[in-house]
Amino acid sequence: MANGMPTTEPGSVVLALENVSKSFGAIAALRGARLELRAGEAHALVGENGAGKSTLVKILAGVHGPDSGRVLLDGRPVTLDSPAAARAAGIAVIYQEPTLFPDLSVAENIFMGRQPLTGGRRIDRKELAARCQALFERLGVRMDPERPARGLSIADQQMVEIAKALSFDARVLVMDEPTAALSGVEVERLFTVARALRASGAAVLFISHRFDEVFGLCDRITVMRDGQWVSTDATVDLTVEQVVRRMVGRDVAELFPKQDVTAGDVVLEVRGLTRRGVFTDVSFDVRAGEIVALAGLVGAGRSEVMRAVFGVDRYDAGTVQVEGKRLKGGSPAAAMAAGMALVPEDRRQQGLVMELSVERNATLTRRWELSRLGWLSARRERDAAAEWSTKLQVKAGRMSDPVSTLSGGNQQKVVLAKWLSTRPTVLVVDEPTRGIDVGTKAEVHRLLSQLAADGLAVVMVSSELPEVLGMADRVLVMHEGRLAADIPRARADESSVMLAATGQTARPAQVAS
Amino acid sequence: MAVDTAPVAGNAAPPQARAPRRQFTLPGGSVISTFLVLFLVIASFSVEGFASTRNAGFLLLDVVAVALIALPLTLIVVTGEIDLSVASVVGLSSAVMGKLWFAGLSLQTIIPLCLVLGAVLGAVNGLLVTRLGLPSLAVTIGTLALYRGLAFVVLGDQAVADFPREWTRWAIGSIGGTGIPNAVLPLLVLIAVTAVLLHATPIGRSLYAMGNSEDAARFSGIDVGRTKLWLFVAAGVVSALGGVFWTLRYGSARADNASGLELQVIAAILLGGVSIFGGSGGLLGVLAGALLLASVRNALQLVNVPSDVLNIVTGVLLIVAVVAPQVAAGVRTRTRARPR
Repeated sequence: MANGMPTTEPGSVVLALENVSKSFGAIAALRGARLELRAGEAHALVGENGAGKSTLVKILAGVHGPDSGRVLLDGRPVTLDSPAAARAAGIAVIYQEPTLFPDLSVAENIFMGRQPLTGGRRIDRKELAARCQALFERLGVRMDPERPARGLSIADQQMVEIAKALSFDARVLVMDEPTAALSGVEVERLFTVARALRASGAAVLFISHRFDEVFGLCDRITVMRDGQWVSTDATVDLTVEQVVRRMVGRDVAELFPKQDVTAGDVVLEVRGLTRRGVFTDVSFDVRAGEIVALAGLVGAGRSEVMRAVFGVDRYDAGTVQVEGKRLKGGSPAAAMAAGMALVPEDRRQQGLVMELSVERNATLTRRWELSRLGWLSARRERDAAAEWSTKLQVKAGRMSDPVSTLSGGNQQKVVLAKWLSTRPTVLVVDEPTRGIDVGTKAEVHRLLSQLAADGLAVVMVSSELPEVLGMADRVLVMHEGRLAADIPRARADESSVMLAATGQTARPAQVAS
Repeated sequence: MAVDTAPVAGNAAPPQARAPRRQFTLPGGSVISTFLVLFLVIASFSVEGFASTRNAGFLLLDVVAVALIALPLTLIVVTGEIDLSVASVVGLSSAVMGKLWFAGLSLQTIIPLCLVLGAVLGAVNGLLVTRLGLPSLAVTIGTLALYRGLAFVVLGDQAVADFPREWTRWAIGSIGGTGIPNAVLPLLVLIAVTAVLLHATPIGRSLYAMGNSEDAARFSGIDVGRTKLWLFVAAGVVSALGGVFWTLRYGSARADNASGLELQVIAAILLGGVSIFGGSGGLLGVLAGALLLASVRNALQLVNVPSDVLNIVTGVLLIVAVVAPQVAAGVRTRTRARPR
């Protein structure tokens, strides 16, 4: 297995999807979709949420079979009717968050079910580690094959998955939004590996909502919309605006429309906030009308700080004040009463109760306010929910349908409705546009900008640098649990933020205090 | 400050706030209610004596304790927790009642004391679950044994049976000779209170939210720990009340009173369509479940089926109640996923 990768000539078509359709009940997820992957290319697949990207990936992974159309491997039709069949065909899929066996070693995860055996039918640990080490060397990854998978960062888990794909001699590597949970350095490392795989002749299919990555890594871009193929072009012939227009089928005015606003009084004041082992001595102010971005690498403690500020997590030292009033720690209810709202990082686990209806979710934060003498009438709930979903233009069938039936972007709007309806004075948004389509993304940005213009104090945690630079009046950068920099809009650019995030600058003088 | 926002983008359709189909029904009870009606009709024609006023009275008397305890336990199951110790609280409350009566206290003093005891027993469950973060299944299996054991410590295997006639007669008597037991009236009040609490108050909404996703509930400002603690306390108080009723109804305080009753209560709740995983189901279904279970047991007793077999039937119904929704869901997804 040593020399692994493909035998196909560079530039020839490895995998092609022709006229593939797939429906779930009445909903057509794919309608005559196509795709062509060549050996030695990195190929981007872009489209809004609901464009059919995930369904296409699942067909490649052998999870779903197409209703009609053909999958061709080296020009010959293949049937990918199970994940095993897809693997045998040389197709490997790396998901956003891999699922490894946490208590098994890295090497055991990679060679699960195919462990090298000794003469006595027992696992040959030495050989196992050596093979694993060989894979890591080809990828340029430094990791101990013997360590358990538990505790690996998501980036490292993806590396383990890629190593596994390599061990299967995969010729087509599908990466489904691999960078959504990574930042900076980790993304760079993933790209280095992806480029190496491409150079060795593999075809890499890369799915992402981040245009800087798509344009930085990929040779060709396929755009999908409403389950259909729109276009496939060489990246050099395309601009971001063209791609966006093809994705949404209309012009998107501006991606990050932050208006200039004169900041008002200090609304949120955080002093010396510390949670042992997580973040240390974090102090900052946020003024009315200001959007303050909290940037940093994943694991720097950004979300953790804001969770503690809101009271979902406890903290060991420090104070949080809203409009001069000190908040009781560890109580989201107290933070809400003081006028704070938190749109959390994980929409499915934290933002919404997926099984409950759109209206129940939208009014969950206001259930006491909407009740009279303890009686909560379904009519008042429905009216309140309808009012806010109209304002935010939530696209839902019935308000009584489970919120899980909505698309990602519309789910995020429900979360926003749920919190904006409490009429907060401080709004914390954690990764407000993660995994939502580009049209809704622009809507969310415009909304945040307008809210700030109306005098709301906004704290935005974001791993997307363009979003941070486009939206923020001020960028706070965290590095390993500490606030490393406070950069005003005028001086914030990619390099200043990334340098602070990677801890490569001395702590700069605080500009605003 | 104004957070008023005009519609953001130009071309998205506003949501349709169509009128929902159900305006004021307690959800989740239609299937089991149908079964209940079917069974009652069939049993009335085929089992001799089932439809008599006298038997209906006995049947309702049997239902009272189960339905009573099912009220707070339904709330607990909706939040995704369980309390298996309820029947042991009935037993301990009964034993303490007997002991205190034997010691010469009046029932007017004893009953409040029993309810306080129930609150303490429930609080022990609640604190172990919410403060120490232990699974309620494990905690209440422990207290199921512990509280029953304490009942035997209090009363041994004696029985105290000389309670005042007017109290015991009330407990088995019926309203104006209609055959409907006196206890049904206060039970109806408690049912109404619980139904409103679960289906028409902010607290009810938060119970469903935390039953589906504890994280999302916490991020919405719901104090999950405190809410659960109060539910366990409520289950303790109501179970202790059940102990008082049980003692008066049988005219006898014993440590082994209501042994195994938790099985019937949980079976009624699950039969009623409340998910054992929390987050769904309604009170109407639970009441139908309790009635169905009691009717089946009652009809089988009328045709002289031995009591051991009754437990087998309860057990089978319990498993059916848990398995049926899974099977139904499985059939649904399979038919949906089938390619055209």
